[in-house]
Amino acid sequence: MTTFTNVPQHIEDLLEQQTAVSRRAFLKGSGMLVVSLGAGALAGPFAARAEAQGAGPYPDPDFRQLDSWIVVHEDNTATFSVGKTDCGQGTGTAFRQMMADELDIAFDKTVCIMGSTHNTVDQGGSGGSDAIQVDGWPMRRVAAEARRVLLEMAAAHLGVPVDQLDVRDAVISVKADPARRVTYGELIGGKRFNVALTGTNVDATTGVAKVKPVGELRNVGQSPQRYDIPAKVDGSLKWAVDVKLPGMVHARNVKPPAAGARLAGVDESSVRGLPGFVRVVTKGNYVAVICEREEQAIAAAKQLKVTWEKPATLPFPTSDDLFTYMRSAPPTSRQGPTVKGNPDAAFASAAKVVEAQYDMPFQGHTAFSPAHAMADPSNGQMTVYSNDMKSYGMRNGIAQFLDMPRDRVRVVWMEGPQGFGRTAADDAGFEAAYLAKEIGRPVRVQWMRHEETGWDTKGPAFAFTMRGALDAAGNLAALDYDARAADYCHVGYNEADTVLIAQLMGRRRATPAAGSAGTPSEMYEIPNRRTASQVVALPLVWETPLRTGNLRDPNGPQITFASESFIDELAAAAHADPVEFRLRMLTASAADDSGFRRARSIAVVKAAAEAFGWDARPSPRAPARAEILTGRGIAYAFRNQTVVAEVAEVEVNRRTGRVWVKRLVCAHDCGLVINPEALRHTIECAMLHSLSRALHEEVRFDAEKTTGVDWITHPSLRHADTPARIDVVLVNGDPNPRRSDLPPYGAGETACKPMIAAVANAIFDATGVRLRRVPFRDERVRAALSAARV
Amino acid sequence: MARMSAITLKVNGRAHTVDVDPSTPLLYVLRNDLGLQGPRFGCGLGQCGACAVIINGVAVRSCVTPCATVRAEVTTLEGLAKDGALHPVQRAWIEEQVPQCGFCQNGQIITAVALLAKIPNPTDAQIREGMNATLCRCMTYYRVQSAIKRAAASATRRSAAAAGEVEGRIA
Repeated sequence: MTTFTNVPQHIEDLLEQQTAVSRRAFLKGSGMLVVSLGAGALAGPFAARAEAQGAGPYPDPDFRQLDSWIVVHEDNTATFSVGKTDCGQGTGTAFRQMMADELDIAFDKTVCIMGSTHNTVDQGGSGGSDAIQVDGWPMRRVAAEARRVLLEMAAAHLGVPVDQLDVRDAVISVKADPARRVTYGELIGGKRFNVALTGTNVDATTGVAKVKPVGELRNVGQSPQRYDIPAKVDGSLKWAVDVKLPGMVHARNVKPPAAGARLAGVDESSVRGLPGFVRVVTKGNYVAVICEREEQAIAAAKQLKVTWEKPATLPFPTSDDLFTYMRSAPPTSRQGPTVKGNPDAAFASAAKVVEAQYDMPFQGHTAFSPAHAMADPSNGQMTVYSNDMKSYGMRNGIAQFLDMPRDRVRVVWMEGPQGFGRTAADDAGFEAAYLAKEIGRPVRVQWMRHEETGWDTKGPAFAFTMRGALDAAGNLAALDYDARAADYCHVGYNEADTVLIAQLMGRRRATPAAGSAGTPSEMYEIPNRRTASQVVALPLVWETPLRTGNLRDPNGPQITFASESFIDELAAAAHADPVEFRLRMLTASAADDSGFRRARSIAVVKAAAEAFGWDARPSPRAPARAEILTGRGIAYAFRNQTVVAEVAEVEVNRRTGRVWVKRLVCAHDCGLVINPEALRHTIECAMLHSLSRALHEEVRFDAEKTTGVDWITHPSLRHADTPARIDVVLVNGDPNPRRSDLPPYGAGETACKPMIAAVANAIFDATGVRLRRVPFRDERVRAALSAARV
Repeated sequence: MARMSAITLKVNGRAHTVDVDPSTPLLYVLRNDLGLQGPRFGCGLGQCGACAVIINGVAVRSCVTPCATVRAEVTTLEGLAKDGALHPVQRAWIEEQVPQCGFCQNGQIITAVALLAKIPNPTDAQIREGMNATLCRCMTYYRVQSAIKRAAASATRRSAAAAGEVEGRIA
């Protein structure tokens, strides 16, 4: 039994019953013991806190009550309740490290439950790389407050003033007489603190106690193993896909065959005779088939005869024509231009002007497993079991969508497949809840692969136009940046009028979201700049498989691909080394902000070059005639206060066009590091996610539908693409930093930003050919090399 | 779909009889009838590996394997541990802290176990080739490959220890 998720007890029981037969028999036969987690003995709190479906309503846990955050048990262990969701980067482990330090309890005597709306405070779930940066603070403060209250209780219990007490590992003792002691569990185990907290909002939650100086934190800066990993390795974790309920049925959607198609008719008789058939549900253009068994629902959804009418106008240009369309379409909104200095004069007097256009296609979230959820409508309530990263928003959205009181709806968060922001607008949860309410039985919805790849939310496509003016000394005198993003009607967070089922049902807001395009995030000192961006709309705004949502580091990889590729082009035009050229612009000003972002930018660029063993010279390297050409490229970016520089070393096969990134180096500074090993792993994976976007990922479509529908037609990075070596340098990653004021910054997304440009710059270094269109698939690289006679 | 019939499967050391359409993919029987959670749905097309199980020593995609065609014993992720101990590959996975979200790791681990059974000391190229059809969207590939090398090295140490009649426990 896994004890770290907050699955309600009746679900735990059902799951245990289902697995008990085979597992018990197996255990008896083999003499195997259930592999226990460090927190394996802490099942108690779940039994105490879990509520069955019948026990609602589900009011919001009060963030101004200490009991909402921390429970101390009689066995001297503690449960931390955190309103975030861990998407696999180890934020739950990090919260335990921080809170164990502030509470003064051993790390392995704690558990962390996360993300369910009825038993953890709404901290928004995950998003924005803010778990540690923002939510770390209130979590540390409430743990510190619990320690303070326990010390006061001990003072009364032992008859000794607080300042004469010591506390370590959840045991409070008298300094002068350590034999006189009392444990946290003895003081409050099983009882409530009943301590009120203050704070104008959840992020500001605080008690009276102050957090400890960083130097006194014992677990922070260490790398305890992530607590969620053993159950993911031994098969015992219960995921959202695993939830089963008595009387449950399975649903599958039938999506329109062409974007914008109208449902003209459904012939239910085409499936009525199938085994296990329950019902066809339609509303507007939404169609679902419900059957008793999963494979029956899959078969019925395939077999259902549905008549669709294609729209009179084409929904979008083909993916091959996309950028021509985007560059000529009238913008729906503009930002800027913002102007610094006198760019026109600088261009007029330039020694050399460089111009380039870059194209970045739509890219999918393409979650590893399609969208899924289970909804239980019993007792006039609605419980949704979901992997939604923003479970609280889903609860609000579903309550609104179904017109139910909020406190009759809850979302139980359980782990699920990596989605990179896909579940911010989690369609399956809304669908399951809608269908469950319609038929009055628990409904499990899962999309099929072709739906997920074809119809998930997309990161917006970008078309960039850049111009740079070099002066006679080879310095960048002016930079002109113009971006166009196909981001109109960007989908919001679990909104009842923007999730796909709502769109298909015709339930839409009057004014679509404006979307955004964004500007480069670097600290280069360039005397003259013009920066402008526009959003353009595709012809079909609603009910489209090209609807945009936040894809990991929203817009960052797109913008940084263009901006850091162009800086490299300028360096080449100036015959300058790419590292030296960047450092020249970073050091051209001493102006810095309170987070020392300039100084830290300089440090990561230098650290990345040093760790790689950078050979200073202009790109490209001298032409070679070998079949395999090698080169290296660098790129740098920041996100909030996290700064990162990455170096890619590539091998380009001149004959096939295949690019293999054989080595990656990342120099990363996100301030205070909670768990260095978990951070390194997160950075490795973030870089490879962007490498996948650089080499493989593009949403392809003809003039009526997406044509990438699986892992063959929409490829992703594979084992064979993996670099032979990855080095991560944590620039401020001192496990025991001396700076007591060093705050943590977000680390989930920044490493995604520079990778595509680093690869493009390395390909240029190797071949002398500049790739300005993502992804760098074999055939595109081969064609570019061939056109340049390389 | 055809009529239901009684299908007998041996899974993780135990025989089960289920009443399903014989064409039902093994995956749904394992998950929905036998309550196993290791194999998971990722694509239903045999392209990603999330549903992998071991049959006759080979990693098989259970999402495209009709249950009635299964003649030999099925081993799932839950069945890898023996005598109270995780499989060496699973131990290597924890030591290398391989998973992020973990959803694909059933496929990574099952495929690695089958690979190492066939090639106990794979080269880097053999690992890349042997694992190439098993996908991960968190992109844990680098650590997966490290963990396979660690598991191979640990197996080599164990057999060397056995050959040398070394007493005691070898990690």
